[in-house]
Amino acid sequence: MALPASLQEELLQDQTLNDPAVIDLLGLSVSFGRRPILKNLRGDLRGKAIGLLGPNGAGKTTLIHTLLGFYEPSAGSARIFGYDIHDQAKQIKSLVGYMPERDSFIAKMSAVHFVRLMGELSGLPPEAALERAHEALFYVGLGEARYRKLETYSLGMKQLAKLAQAIVQGPKLLFLDEPTNGLDPPARLRMIKLIREIRDSGQAHIVLSSHLLLDVEECCDEILILREGQIAVYCNLEEERKSNRKFLMLETRGDLTKFVAALKSLGCEYALTGDHRLKIVLQGGVEVRDLYQLAAQERIQLRRLSYKRDSLEDIFLKAMENSNGGV
Amino acid sequence: MAVYEQSYKRYIGPLTPEWSRFLIIPRHAYRGVFKSKIFTAFFVVCFVPLLVEAILIYLHHNMNALGIMKVDMRELIPIDASFFQTFVNIQGGFAFFVALLVGPPLVSRDLRNNALPLYLCRPFSRTEYVLGKMSVLLILLSMITWIPQLLLFLFQAYLEGFTWFTQNLWIASAIVIGSVVWILLLALISQAISALVKWRVIASAAILGVFFIPSVFAEFLNFVFMTHWGHLISLAALMKNISAGLFGTFVRASGTIRFEDFDGNAREFIVMEPPLWMCWGMLFLVCAICLALLSRKVKAYEVVR
Repeated sequence: MALPASLQEELLQDQTLNDPAVIDLLGLSVSFGRRPILKNLRGDLRGKAIGLLGPNGAGKTTLIHTLLGFYEPSAGSARIFGYDIHDQAKQIKSLVGYMPERDSFIAKMSAVHFVRLMGELSGLPPEAALERAHEALFYVGLGEARYRKLETYSLGMKQLAKLAQAIVQGPKLLFLDEPTNGLDPPARLRMIKLIREIRDSGQAHIVLSSHLLLDVEECCDEILILREGQIAVYCNLEEERKSNRKFLMLETRGDLTKFVAALKSLGCEYALTGDHRLKIVLQGGVEVRDLYQLAAQERIQLRRLSYKRDSLEDIFLKAMENSNGGV
Repeated sequence: MAVYEQSYKRYIGPLTPEWSRFLIIPRHAYRGVFKSKIFTAFFVVCFVPLLVEAILIYLHHNMNALGIMKVDMRELIPIDASFFQTFVNIQGGFAFFVALLVGPPLVSRDLRNNALPLYLCRPFSRTEYVLGKMSVLLILLSMITWIPQLLLFLFQAYLEGFTWFTQNLWIASAIVIGSVVWILLLALISQAISALVKWRVIASAAILGVFFIPSVFAEFLNFVFMTHWGHLISLAALMKNISAGLFGTFVRASGTIRFEDFDGNAREFIVMEPPLWMCWGMLFLVCAICLALLSRKVKAYEVVR
C-alpha cells in the first residue's frame, strides 16, 4: 500500500536527518565551456564545520555554487542531506543558507528590511520574518544599526549583514564563502566567534571556504583541500594532526650523552640543533611523560620543551606538493 | 534565536505556500515605489481620464444632470466600442509612462548589487524571480488599465440594462485582452532591458528608444515605399492595430495616396495595413525575444567560458 505523500516526505526527512553525510560528492564534475573546473569529486563530507581550502582558482567557490544549483554539473552529481542537487534543488535550498563572497545586497533598503525580505523568500511568514530579522541582526552585532540603509554600511558591517541574511531562516547547512574577506582584525575575530558559536550550537553544519588557513583552523573540524579542481586532501583536522609524527624541541642543561643514548634505545629519532638543544621525533607509544622520566633518570635539566604538531599550514603545503591525496 | 538569548536556533514554525512567494517581491517593491511623492502624484493623475470616463457614462443616463448643465444628449460621445477603445488607448499611454518610471531599476538594481545569488540560493526559482519582478508592473498597470475599465463597463451595463450587457460582452473581453497584452508587452520589454542595462537612466532611455526609434524608422519606410507594412516594426502601431482588431474597428485599407504618373495621369494607391495575424505574430516574436534575454541574463552568476 502506498504511503500518503506527506508521510513519505516526513519519512524522507527523518531518514535524511539520521544520515550523517552532509554532502555526498558522486563524481561531480563541472566545466565552463571546454574548461574543466571541478574534476570527478568523490567523497562523503560529514563534519560539523568543513573548511574548503585551496589556492585561487582551485574550484572552491565553483563547488559551493554547484551545490547551490547555480551551475549544472557536466558529469556526476552530489547530494546534500540525501537530496540530489539537480532533482531536489528546492528541498536543498530550503535547508541551506549562503553568504556570498562578493558584496551582495538589495539597494535602497535598511538592513532589517533586507534581512526580512530574505527571510520571507525562504518561506517565513511576514511576521516571523520580521521578528527573526531583528534577532539575526542583533545576533551578528548589527542591532543598533539595523535601520540604516545598507549602502551606508562599512565593509565589515556588510559582511555581518550578509551573515544575518544567511542565518535568518535558521538553515541546517551554512555555506560561508570567504566570510572574513576585507575585515580588520577585530571584525575578523568577531566573525570567527560567530561562526564558532553557530558551529557549537549544533543546529547547523558549516561549509567555510577560505584561503586564510588560520580562519579554517579556528573554525573547522574537517578540511577539504582542492587543487586544480580535484580533491587533494579530505581529512579530519584533529585526527590528521594526531596521525602525524610529533616533534619536540628541547632545551637542556647537563651531559647529553647518556640522555640521547637512552632516547635512541626508545626508538626516537633526534637531532642536536645547538649546544643544549635537541629536536626529537616521538615514536608511537612514547609520550612526553617518558622524556621527563628519562631526564630525571639521567640527571638532565629540561629548561624548555615545546610540543609542535603538524599545523594546518603543514597539511596544506603537503597537499599542494602531493596532488595524489584523496578522501 | 531570540534577541535576549543571543544564540543560534533553527526556525521551526509554519512556512508560506510556495506558489505565493513570487508576490513577496511586488509587496516589498511598492514600499520603495510609493515613497516617491512625484510618482504617487503621477499615479493619481493616471486616474483622471477614468474619472472623466465615469462622468461621461453617468451623464448619458442622467437627464436631470444634463438639464442642469444645459447639455444636449446628442453632444455627448456615444457609449460604444470606440468610446471604450479611446479610453483603453489613453490608459495605455499612462501605463507606458508608469512602466518607464518603475520598470528600469527592477532587475538592473539587483544585477548591479549582485543580489541575484541571494534570491536564487533560496527556495525561489529564476521563473519565480522574473514572475515576481513582472508582477510589480503587472499589478500596478492593471490598476490603471483593465481593472477600472472593466468596472466602468459594468457601470455602463448596470445603467443601460442587461440586454446591452449581453449584446456588448465582447467589448469587455476586448478591454481585458487589449490591456493585458499591452501591459504584458510593457512589463516584458522593461524587464528585458533592465536585465541588459545595469544603469537606470540608460535603461529608461533604452525603453524609450525601443518604442520610438523603430516607430520613426517605420514611418520612414512607409513614406518611401508608400505602404503601411512598416508598422510591423513599430510596437505602438502594432498595438494600435491589435487593439483596433479587438474592438472591431480595424480596416486593412487604411488610406489612399493620390499621385500623377510620368504621363500626367492621376493615380490612386490604396495603402494597406499588415494583416492582423502578422501583427500578433510580431508581438509574440518580441515577447519571445524578451523572454530569451531574461532567461540568459537572470542567473546567479555569469559563467565566464
